[in-house]
Amino acid sequence: MMLENGWNTFEIGSVLRPFEGSAIDVVEKLPEDRLYSPANSFSISVADWRIEKPLLKLDECIHCQFCWIYCPDMSIISRDKKMESIDYEHCKGCGICVEVCPTNALLMFPEQTDEAEALANWPEPENSAMKGM
Amino acid sequence: MANIFELQDIEVWDGNMAASHALRQAQVDVVAAYPITPSTPIVESYSNFLANDYVDGEYVMAESEHGAMSCCIGASAAGGRVATATSSQGYALMVETLYSAGGMRLPIVLNVVNRALAAPLNVNGDHSDMYLGRDSGWIQIDCYNPQEAYDMNLVAFRVAEDHDVRLPAMVHQDGFMTSHTAQKVKTLTDDVAYKFVGEFNPMNDMLDLDNPVTHGAQTEEDWHFEHKALQHHALMTNVIPKIQEAFDELKIISGREYNLVEKYNMDDADLAIVCMGSSVETAIEVSNELREQGIKAGVVGIRVFRPFPLEQIAEALIDVKAIAALDRSSPNGTVGALYNELAGALFNSSTKAILTGYVYGLGGRDLTKVNIHTIYRDLGKNAQNGQLMTPLQQFTGLRGPKLSFF
Repeated sequence: MMLENGWNTFEIGSVLRPFEGSAIDVVEKLPEDRLYSPANSFSISVADWRIEKPLLKLDECIHCQFCWIYCPDMSIISRDKKMESIDYEHCKGCGICVEVCPTNALLMFPEQTDEAEALANWPEPENSAMKGM
Repeated sequence: MANIFELQDIEVWDGNMAASHALRQAQVDVVAAYPITPSTPIVESYSNFLANDYVDGEYVMAESEHGAMSCCIGASAAGGRVATATSSQGYALMVETLYSAGGMRLPIVLNVVNRALAAPLNVNGDHSDMYLGRDSGWIQIDCYNPQEAYDMNLVAFRVAEDHDVRLPAMVHQDGFMTSHTAQKVKTLTDDVAYKFVGEFNPMNDMLDLDNPVTHGAQTEEDWHFEHKALQHHALMTNVIPKIQEAFDELKIISGREYNLVEKYNMDDADLAIVCMGSSVETAIEVSNELREQGIKAGVVGIRVFRPFPLEQIAEALIDVKAIAALDRSSPNGTVGALYNELAGALFNSSTKAILTGYVYGLGGRDLTKVNIHTIYRDLGKNAQNGQLMTPLQQFTGLRGPKLSFF
């Protein structure tokens, strides 16, 4: 679609519109229900920036929301204060969520790790006493 | 509501005061500034008007000119009518952000009180700063006296903010010669001036939260070229007609006539001096003296430096026999910028005119009538012989041995 553009088809000032149409009630909507425009960073995957990825083991999670608050890319998906999953299209693998996680629920793995296999062989906390503090 | 400022029909204002009253009458929402000589009184007076309730607005004291223009960019993108003023070194520090304002198509009005650029440090008027911004994608309007500093500010807001234009505009006046020389200025009443400028009509303003926009996007080799072309297209096609329209309307409400290219004694002229700023009026005086002696001397004043009215300039000069382009900025290694502009405008035309360039007035050195008489004498020689009889580039008013090139 973009390739059909020429100098005369752009809006002046190289402004970009994050949403299709009015955003009058956009804050009331969950990200998956918003009409993001193609120019919005939400429409672009940065998954291939990652060399390590965080994996979530839900039954270790206490839903403290630390990871949700600290994630710089809004890639922790939490609904009604319950952790659900990780947005791997936008997670860049920085590891901050794992750093702030007070339990053993979030750990970093090499990007190519198989999720089911990792969950089946979930490592014990390196230092349970420290992690629990 | 701001208080009405009762003005006399004719006030005695210098160029700075004239510009600041225009800012007040346009009811500028935000002025962000880092005052610098000789432009200081413009923003000083605006803040005075603000403090005394003669304008509804905000004055932001920035930490530098870079910060001042950056604040102006933010305020303009947010959806306000925005203006500021600067000179010389401050202008130089602004340059990075001038390109941002132009590319983001933000209709900021910048009063540039032209001053030399260091080194050596100098506070007086020349056109080095004006020339420094000529590729930045701004409209550049030039004034020769305080009356014009007043009128052109009003024109600048009206043109810049037009949705077919949406480009920032500079209003230039000569440091001290115009900015600090009080003259009679015919005024418009506050309501007439405001009506001429028009209500600010925002476009893609960031404070329209229901229609959010991202300003200042990044494009690389994929689309940068297209955005620059779009901006150039606006400058080349939309601005000149809108300026003309503003001049026409201003003539109706004020009786004062302005033109894209100002021509004096040019109808049958053989010799033409082309220049900018306060020098235009000095050149007119000399051409009037020469006319009394039967010498067909004329003057062309550049009113709109960007976009450069190439066709109108060529038309104004096509029939003369000898032309002098006066540049008040050191070209530092080539011919003057105005010389180049005129050469470019005339090269493919049928003109037989001999074109020479003069560098003058650097750092506030006076351009005397004697200097201008000498230039016209040179032009007379070139015209009479139909070929270059003088050096192509000369320095005029310079101390020491004569300096010329080519």
